[in-house]
Amino acid sequence: MLFQLEGSQAVARAVALCRPKTVCAYPITPQTHIVEGLGELVRSGKLTDCEYINVESEMAALSVAIGSETAGVRSYTATSSQGLLYMMEAVYNASGMELPIVMTLGNRAIGAPINIWNDHTDAMSVRDAGWIMLFAETNQEAVDLHIQAFKIAEKVKCPVMVCVDGFILTHAYERVDLPTQEEVDDFLPPYDPHISLDPKNPKAIGTMVPPGYFMEVRCLAHKKQIDALNVVECVGNKFKEKFGRDSGGLVREYNLEKAETVIVTMGSVAGTIKDTIDELNQKGGKYGVLSIVSYRPFPAEAIRKALKKAKKVIVLEKAFAVGIGGILFQEISLALKNTKTEVKSVVAGLGGRAITSDMIKEYLNHKNHDDMVFLGLNKEVIERECRLLDKGSCDCKSSF
Amino acid sequence: MSNSTIGSRLSKKKNSVQSHYDRPNTLSSGHRACQGCGEALAARCAIDAAYHATKGNIAIVNATGCLEVFSCVFPENAWNVPWMHSLFGNAPAVATGMAAAMRAQGKNVRIIAQGGDGGTTDIGMGTLSGMFERNDDVLYICYDNQAYMNTGVQRSSATPILARTATTLPNAVYAGNEVGTGKNVPEIAIAHRIPYVATASIANIKDLEEKVAKAINIRGAKYVHIHVPCPLGWGYPTSETIKVARAAVECGMFPLFEAEHGKVVGSTPIENVKPVEEYLRLQRRFAHLFSKNANPQAVEELQKIASANIEKYKLSGGIANV
Repeated sequence: MLFQLEGSQAVARAVALCRPKTVCAYPITPQTHIVEGLGELVRSGKLTDCEYINVESEMAALSVAIGSETAGVRSYTATSSQGLLYMMEAVYNASGMELPIVMTLGNRAIGAPINIWNDHTDAMSVRDAGWIMLFAETNQEAVDLHIQAFKIAEKVKCPVMVCVDGFILTHAYERVDLPTQEEVDDFLPPYDPHISLDPKNPKAIGTMVPPGYFMEVRCLAHKKQIDALNVVECVGNKFKEKFGRDSGGLVREYNLEKAETVIVTMGSVAGTIKDTIDELNQKGGKYGVLSIVSYRPFPAEAIRKALKKAKKVIVLEKAFAVGIGGILFQEISLALKNTKTEVKSVVAGLGGRAITSDMIKEYLNHKNHDDMVFLGLNKEVIERECRLLDKGSCDCKSSF
Repeated sequence: MSNSTIGSRLSKKKNSVQSHYDRPNTLSSGHRACQGCGEALAARCAIDAAYHATKGNIAIVNATGCLEVFSCVFPENAWNVPWMHSLFGNAPAVATGMAAAMRAQGKNVRIIAQGGDGGTTDIGMGTLSGMFERNDDVLYICYDNQAYMNTGVQRSSATPILARTATTLPNAVYAGNEVGTGKNVPEIAIAHRIPYVATASIANIKDLEEKVAKAINIRGAKYVHIHVPCPLGWGYPTSETIKVARAAVECGMFPLFEAEHGKVVGSTPIENVKPVEEYLRLQRRFAHLFSKNANPQAVEELQKIASANIEKYKLSGGIANV
């Protein structure tokens, strides 16, 4: 059924359709409207048999989910940015204990300097934590990915983080098609926990694992993630069969058949890029877009396949690793090793800096691209500050 | 003070759970605790009592610490009850989730969170306060051995003033853990006005069991703080754990009391109040207070705390249940 909804409300209603038994709420911009929405659904009796718990921190939010999942029920929470860092210890704990928690990450920059707006630095900070991480491009995808997330999590026995761009999606009103309860019930059966705390069958969960076993545990976590590539794809296909929307899977290809230059990206900015290249392609350009939906597990094979015909790949991402450069860029480069494809890095949209069609066009119009570019920088500020840096004893050769 | 322990089978009413032929043995033998460990003894007594009072319908979350490490190293497990460990500072929040999940499933499984003083009074304080404030249906048990024993005896906010720990080593100019520091978590729990708060000692197992058994069947947040001497960290022979625990109670350093909904409702009077020095002299962590150059004022500082407890909780003169 079609609704005109704020992204956060759409996610809240999609999560409610998945019938979680516990929802932990702690406010942090830009995720807050999601847990507010769920609170309203629980209190008004629209989401039944669900415990809604207001906690005192993000550390508690994910810990409550860990406890309730271990006691045998489907559990959900949401966070952003600093909140994700505050719960970091529990992030690793949830995946290490194979708990199929689903968490929305309303993507936001990380301070200092404090900044509430969108980028992907928060998600990148947990890329090695053993969670499955899915990125939504639109609010419709955000809705659909949450429904798929519970199914994937419970199938793989691994927590899933659905990344939804803060403000750009969480606060945007868009038309979304929400499935009915019957449809979701049919797609997502009741949770059947693989472990639970049961007095009739006492087990110890989360014990210390000594060196004699630890490596195997970690290796198996990796194998499980690699196997999850199939599950993510399969659940995406099943979702498409049932709901008619191709909103899951590993990657999303756009005009790759004829493209010589492909822009690889994640999240909502893919929309802007698609509009831009449509315009350029009408004037004879040969551009395509590849969006990564499943960032973890990383679909290296699917990426290689999709980029087979590309001569040049531009990785445009909303995060980077200080001191080395683009993060997705490194991973795409690794996926394309032993190919002749040229890979360039564009860092854009940090801390909510707008990424406009004009900026993308201007960048694409350059014949020769630097290996790494910050899109839309105020170059005067950078040059002035770099001159100040030069007064030190080191010989700083700025590449800006 | 009654001393009903395992050997006391004369009065059926006063029998300890430990004296039952079918004691639950929730924490079985063979685990890796040190000889004379007060925490292991207290945990077995407390969880056996909770098991007994609920016919086995309990599940436990354990904070990181000695108790977690010595009881459960894969592939071994000393617990005969459903037990989990998540992190150091989140046991109360995990317990909140467990209680919510049990409620959502209509299961009457009583939830216990437990940890040492570090996991409770320091790193777990935020989640503990949150659990109290929401009045979640959880019994939290703190086994207080007054320092971070698992990492090698470092100071915690439960370490007594003037005590020697690895991070408060006394020397010619420093007398040990600073006077005026420390945190009283039972009183903080009382300030949350939760339904039940109690302190207990392994020197009085029957009293400990009664408090745990009472707490476990109360709905809402409960807190039981148990004084558990540590032979390694406190420096006394492993055979003297109970003796040291009893000395702490008998001098007033560790008052035994109960509180309900924000008010102290009863305390266990001391029949014969001893000077605090008798308790201190049993332990090497206070030995520097009795050296040749020691400042006699130091012992006086500790005596002040014990005397204040005796007055506040009305522990002298045999006045029971204030």
